[in-house]
Amino acid sequence: MIRTMDIICNGEQRTVEEKSTLTDLAASLDLDPQTLVAEINGRIIEHNNFINRELRDGDRVELIRFVGGG
Amino acid sequence: MLTIADTRFTSRLFVGTGKFSSSRVMQEAIEASGSQMVTVALRRVDLNNPQDDIMQALDRERIHFLPNTSGARNAEEAIRLARLARAASGTAWLKLEVTPDPRTLLPDPVDTLKATELLVKEGFIVLPYMNADPILALRLQDAGAAAVMPLGSPIGTNQGIKTAMQVEIIIEQARVPVVVDAGIGAPSHAAQAMEMGADAVLVNTAIAVAGDPVRMAHAFKIAVEAGREAFEAGLGRTSKTASASSPATGMLNANLDFIQN
Repeated sequence: MIRTMDIICNGEQRTVEEKSTLTDLAASLDLDPQTLVAEINGRIIEHNNFINRELRDGDRVELIRFVGGG
Repeated sequence: MLTIADTRFTSRLFVGTGKFSSSRVMQEAIEASGSQMVTVALRRVDLNNPQDDIMQALDRERIHFLPNTSGARNAEEAIRLARLARAASGTAWLKLEVTPDPRTLLPDPVDTLKATELLVKEGFIVLPYMNADPILALRLQDAGAAAVMPLGSPIGTNQGIKTAMQVEIIIEQARVPVVVDAGIGAPSHAAQAMEMGADAVLVNTAIAVAGDPVRMAHAFKIAVEAGREAFEAGLGRTSKTASASSPATGMLNANLDFIQN
């Protein structure tokens, strides 16, 4: 049986599989990690470290990227 | 040539990437502007409506990325955004913006100075957006700002250089480049800033919301070049009374004594 856990991603609660990484999370949201930077519980994770960062129950994740601005 | 933090720019027009109707219009407008430095903002991805990635739309080989900290209401938020911007872009360049009041979007001088001091220590190349306050410009310069960016008028208002007197003093005193930012609503405003001796201008809204953003970007390009050329050529003095352009001597004869000196 697949075990799941709950995280908060960009303010919304989401359920992900246990041991899933930031790369998995980005893929499940159809986002290219190359275009992102993440913050987990206030700590910055660069996209090349997404693969190494396993999510933990209760993590507060922010997925952030550049948009047009002045 | 304009040099900021040892980087040389042949164009003195910086362009913001907000408010364009599409990525394609933005790309074409940047191309037409000749700009080599564009600003971008950082935002949380809207998971229900993820937009296209702007980094793919910009050729970073040719165009310098200047992430901003827009949305930050205090030094702490600006520092957080700055660190995220560096992690996301790989560049330490930063347009520091601290705007606590959403109505005016005027910059907080105290927190802007505080954030500049800290971010310079962390190795950022900081270009702070600031009110047109000559003393603050010196304080920011002393704190290690790579350039200062005084406002012409509030962001997005297209009102032009309402702060001309102050900006002139800033330009006169600054040892770092002065980039007039915000409120530049027409090419004539950009030319005015350049004639005053500004090192560069940053324009976003006036181009992005123009009827034809691509042509407007070109209009700004040539206005900035004209203004700079005029500054380097040296403008004539202004006076209250007339000074004839035609010779005042060698008039023809008595019948024409009304034009006699």
